[in-house]
Amino acid sequence: MRRSTARWAMALLALALVTSAGAAGSGPLALKAGLFEPPRQAPDFGLLDSNGGELKISHYRGKVVLLAFGFTSCTAVCPTTLNTFAVARRKLAAAAADVQVIYITVDPQRDDSKRLKKYLGGFDPTFVGGTGTQEQLAAVRKDYGVSAEKQVLGDSYTYEHSSFTYLIDRSGRIRALMPYGHSPDDYVHDLTLLLQE
Amino acid sequence: MTRARWVIGSILAAASVVVLAVAGFSPIQGGSRDRIFAIPKGTWARRMAGDKVEILPDHIRLTLGVRDILVLRNQDDVPQIFGPTLMMPGQSFRLPFERAAEYTFACTAHASGQMTIVVEPNPTTPWARVRWRLVEFLSTFR
Repeated sequence: MRRSTARWAMALLALALVTSAGAAGSGPLALKAGLFEPPRQAPDFGLLDSNGGELKISHYRGKVVLLAFGFTSCTAVCPTTLNTFAVARRKLAAAAADVQVIYITVDPQRDDSKRLKKYLGGFDPTFVGGTGTQEQLAAVRKDYGVSAEKQVLGDSYTYEHSSFTYLIDRSGRIRALMPYGHSPDDYVHDLTLLLQE
Repeated sequence: MTRARWVIGSILAAASVVVLAVAGFSPIQGGSRDRIFAIPKGTWARRMAGDKVEILPDHIRLTLGVRDILVLRNQDDVPQIFGPTLMMPGQSFRLPFERAAEYTFACTAHASGQMTIVVEPNPTTPWARVRWRLVEFLSTFR
């Protein structure tokens, strides 16, 4: 009787350990970025990429995507963000092969494919840019909750635009949003976790 | 001054010292570190009916190590721009902060077009703890 009780106790203990281990493993990721729960599928789009081909987010399933919006004449936010991505990719070394940066312009008037390619190449030649018509880009921004407001400055203009970055996992789900200003190390931390999934 | 007044004054002074000592020297502990804001069900319908519904203040104060995780929840039936992000119905967004600073986010839900989150350092000195508790106390009346 006593032996049978002890066996039951051992079995229950083992079950509890297995259950708790599983629970810990399936918990939310401890990211530096803001985490979405539940994650939603990243809306797909059809834009022109900086190599002259079609840009669809679904082409990058299997990779972790950093998706940002901006424009090549931006002097404040975009150079910092893109440089942060470039440094993070270098730090990731071989693992960076599974990380794709996509940068979609909010300024199609100036940012054609060639200009995007040249601009992004200055940071990292693997970065891909996206452009299209005003209407196409406005529709993409609406799907992703991105704002961009044109501001005229004399003969020229600039844009006030959302400065965050979406982190999209290998399954094409929007997992997190990284606010502007985070360090390359924060990106390395989060990308490493997402790449391990 | 009568003796009774002197006694009452002494008791009040002693009680104030005790309260200040407790507020200053006892560590600040909280259960959850989450500061939660939720869009309740029916908000979109109320806005469409002309109600001015303000859910997210344009200034949010957080404290490192105490309450330093911003949690946004969309409990409505339609997608909502909430703080810095677009959220689907039933979705939550959990943003941790690790550095004391002032963060500004574009937020179309506010008249100013932006939302500011002030993340203060963990109050480690007695006076900082007293100040933190006082601000928390006063904020409950706002």
